[in-house]
Amino acid sequence: MGAQLRVYRQKIKAAQTTKKITRAMELISASRIQKAQQRVAASGPYSRAVTRAVSAVATFSNVDHVLTTEPEVIERAAIVIFSSDRGLAGAFNANVLREANELAARLQAQGKDVVYYLVGRKAVAYFAFRKRDAERIWTGGTDSPEFSMAKEIGDAVVSKFLQPASEGGVDEIHIVYNRFVSMLTQVPEVVRLLPLEVVEGVEPPAKDDVLPLYEFEPEVGDVLDALLPVYIESRIFNAMLQSAASKHAATQKAMKSASDNADKLIKTYTTLANNARQSEITQQISEIVGGADALSSAK
Amino acid sequence: MADLKVSIVSADHEVWSGLAKQIVARTTEGEIGILPGHEPILAILGAGEVRVTSPNGEVFTANADDGFLSVEHDTVTVVARNAELV
Repeated sequence: MGAQLRVYRQKIKAAQTTKKITRAMELISASRIQKAQQRVAASGPYSRAVTRAVSAVATFSNVDHVLTTEPEVIERAAIVIFSSDRGLAGAFNANVLREANELAARLQAQGKDVVYYLVGRKAVAYFAFRKRDAERIWTGGTDSPEFSMAKEIGDAVVSKFLQPASEGGVDEIHIVYNRFVSMLTQVPEVVRLLPLEVVEGVEPPAKDDVLPLYEFEPEVGDVLDALLPVYIESRIFNAMLQSAASKHAATQKAMKSASDNADKLIKTYTTLANNARQSEITQQISEIVGGADALSSAK
Repeated sequence: MADLKVSIVSADHEVWSGLAKQIVARTTEGEIGILPGHEPILAILGAGEVRVTSPNGEVFTANADDGFLSVEHDTVTVVARNAELV
C-alpha cells in the first residue's frame, strides 16, 4: 500500500473516532437540555412570586431602605459572572466574559471600582490566566445548579452590599449570565440586581385600577430586610438555571457542528484516498505493461 | 363568597396550587387566618405549618419555612425556601 493512501486512511479513522465522541456528547446534552429547561420552568412560580412581592413593597411604600434607594456616590460595584465548568460549548463562555469585560470597562469609566465574583471553572481559569483578582469563586455544580449554592452566593453578595463602601462593601451588584432564549439562541445578559432598577413581570396598573394598599407584618422595614436576600437568591438561582440550560444548548450546537465537520472530513479524505488508490493501480499497470514490453522487445 | 386562589411555592418547584376557603399560616408575629376578602398583606413566615381548607371542607397541611406570605385580591401566595405537603 502506498504511503499516501495509508496517510489518508489514518485520517479517515481519526475523523470517525472523533465523530463518535462528538455525536455522543451531542446526544448527552440534548437529553440534559430537557431537564434543565424543566427546572427553569419549575423555578418560575417562586421567582415570579418573589419579584411581585418586592415590586409591591417598592411601589406601595415610601420607606427608605437600602433595597430601593440609590446611593448618591457609587464607589464600588460587584459583578457576578456565571460561566460553566466545562468547555466545548462554542462561544458560551467567551460571550459571557466579553460582556462582563465591557460592563467592567463601562463602570470603570464612571469612576467605580469593580470587584468580581466568579461562578464556574471557566471564568476562574480566564481570570487566573490574566492574573486578575476575584473576590470569591465558586466552582463545580454548574451543570445542575443547587439552590444551596445560590443561597451561598446570595449571602456573600448581600453581606457585601450591606457593608459601607469605606469598609470594602459594594454599592451596586450586577450579574452577567447567558439567558436561554431557545435551543438555537442564548444571549449573554447583564442585569443590575441592586439597587432595584427595572422590576420585570409587573404591568403598570391601569388608570382606574385601585392599587392595593399593603399591610405589612411585622413592619415595612422588617419585611424588606427579609425580602432582600430572598429576592437576590431567587434571581441568582434563576441565572444559574438559565446558564445551565444555555450551556447544554450551546454544547449540543457545538457538538452537532463538530460531527458535521467530521462527516465532511471523512468524505473529503475518502475521495482523496480513492484517488490515491486509483493512481497507484494505474501506476502498477503501466509498470507491468512497460515491463512486459521491455521483455518482449528484448527477445 | 368567592374562594381564595392559593399557591404554595418553594425555591425549585410549585408545591401546590388551587382553590381554598380558608388558609391559616404562622407568621413571625403569630398565627394568621385568611378568608376571602382579606386586605392585601405581606407577612414574614415563621417556621411552621400552613393549613389550607379546600372548598369542600377538606383540610391539609404543608410545612413552610423561611419565606413570606402575600395576599392580594383573594390571591394567596405562600413563598418559602423549603416547603412540602405533609
